Amino acid sequence: MKRMRSETPIGFLLAGLLLLVPLAAWALDEPFYITLATRVAILALAAVGLNLALGLGGLVSFGHAAFFGIGGYTAGILATHASTLQPLMTWPIEVGGSDQMLVIWPVAMILSGLVALVIGAISLRTSGVYFIMITLAFAQMIYYFAISWPAYGGEDGVPLALRNAFPAIVTSLPLNFFLICYALLIAALYLFARIRDSRFGAALQGARQNEVRLAAVGISPFPIRLAAFVLSGMMTGLAGALFADLNRFVSPSMLSWQMSGELIVLILLGGTGRLFGPVAGAMLFVLLESILGGFTDRWQLFLGLILLGAVLFARGGLVGLLAGKVHHG
Amino acid sequence: MAETVLSIRNLRKSFGALKATDNVSLDLCAGEIHALIGPNGAGKTTLIHQIAGAVKQDGGTIAFLGRDIGGLGVAERARLGLGRSFQISSLAAEFSALRNVMLAVQSRQGSSLRVLRPVMRDSSLTEPALAMLERVGLAGRAHVPAAELSHGERRRLEIAITLALRPRAFLFDEPMAGMGPEGSKSLIGLLNDLRQEAPILLVEHDMDAVFALADRVSVLVYGRVVATGSVSEIRSNTEVRRAYFGEHL
Repeated sequence: MKRMRSETPIGFLLAGLLLLVPLAAWALDEPFYITLATRVAILALAAVGLNLALGLGGLVSFGHAAFFGIGGYTAGILATHASTLQPLMTWPIEVGGSDQMLVIWPVAMILSGLVALVIGAISLRTSGVYFIMITLAFAQMIYYFAISWPAYGGEDGVPLALRNAFPAIVTSLPLNFFLICYALLIAALYLFARIRDSRFGAALQGARQNEVRLAAVGISPFPIRLAAFVLSGMMTGLAGALFADLNRFVSPSMLSWQMSGELIVLILLGGTGRLFGPVAGAMLFVLLESILGGFTDRWQLFLGLILLGAVLFARGGLVGLLAGKVHHG
Repeated sequence: MAETVLSIRNLRKSFGALKATDNVSLDLCAGEIHALIGPNGAGKTTLIHQIAGAVKQDGGTIAFLGRDIGGLGVAERARLGLGRSFQISSLAAEFSALRNVMLAVQSRQGSSLRVLRPVMRDSSLTEPALAMLERVGLAGRAHVPAAELSHGERRRLEIAITLALRPRAFLFDEPMAGMGPEGSKSLIGLLNDLRQEAPILLVEHDMDAVFALADRVSVLVYGRVVATGSVSEIRSNTEVRRAYFGEHL
């Protein structure tokens, strides 16, 4: 209850800032900053997904790049088939590609969700460092599969000729595309907050704090965690589809372990399990990347120092620093 | 005799050469408090773990409400109505006392996959949970995180969570451990009333509590039940005096 009071203004501030920057950039005709803000929104969306598993459930997935990449490849492959007019498959029914975001998003989420179901069903039987390693191993398998699949670019990735379409909105305009991503981010944050405060969220957070206690009151942790992992993968997959559209390119690096690591770093920087943690983390990350990256190629050294500081002195990340500790009812 | 709720037959469990549970048979009948006593290392907690499902037995059967539950997991047994408390408090440390109890209430309602309604605004969760905290005298501390409660308060919270499950049988593992005399006294009163709701299998070192509460006492020594009987029978049993009470009586 107290949490609502202390974290809400910070959240509004961050969300407002993320909206204002591209609007100002649009007014000043600086499209680069719109693209930057879109990058923040998409990375934040991916991290909100991971935050469900990692923050609420305590499931340190080191393989969320798998879902990010699957979302990206879904967008890339569907768009390629739409532009070449070649069907994706002809048997048992003919399925063609699509350049419609409203088709691509659900497909990306369903595919990510199915893969998350398989990965989760196996890896959630372990915990701790084994869980981290198994999720990493699954993501690496998918990564190597992608780079050795010549039909879709192999190591070169998949270019998108045009940004995919959305009804009645010209998506090629940077501000329009930003607003689509921003709206999805806000929707994901709303969903995250609802889940966190719900019975499902209570069980999920209970499983993180003490799974022995949860089982003793009659709630099996496994199905709760699996459901969270699938939802988490779906959200990150959606972000991947948007990322492909932002860059008009799907790179196998979306599936790489560095990507998984970046998503974890975003959450640690912003505040693990905090509603607006991923937003704060993504803002900080992209800001450092573009400002420090302008001075030196070794900007990640400074990112490392900041991460060290956050882990040692600000466990609640940026949001924890600004809004104080979480209070659970 | 009243209906048997929990029936354990020839239960065995070894850890290497150590026979932690050696052919144990015991019953828990409706309306009774059955105390399980024995020296440290006698295998009392291991027995509770096996009944609750946290440790798998090597052999023997555990029947609960006429059903063999030996193959079920912890959560399934809890849903069937086995409510246990832990010897060392096991709580969701970040959650408030109230939210710890609410987890048990939502489990009883079988609704842990619901995502829409915020739990703190759901009176079907908060009201029964608060009622349980009142019963153990913790209502004033409802919104304090479990990690910040005192030892005695955590013990009482354990009981409140177990109560909230409305179990068909209670398994209490040293509920009085580390409680002051005042705390023990009020807890004895609570457990005494509780046997009307469901029978209690009570592991306890506090002999005053055992003798005040128990309808029957079983004595466990080196994993074996050496005696079962009423309080007066156990008090006068020579084997028990030698093995357990030693110089105390």
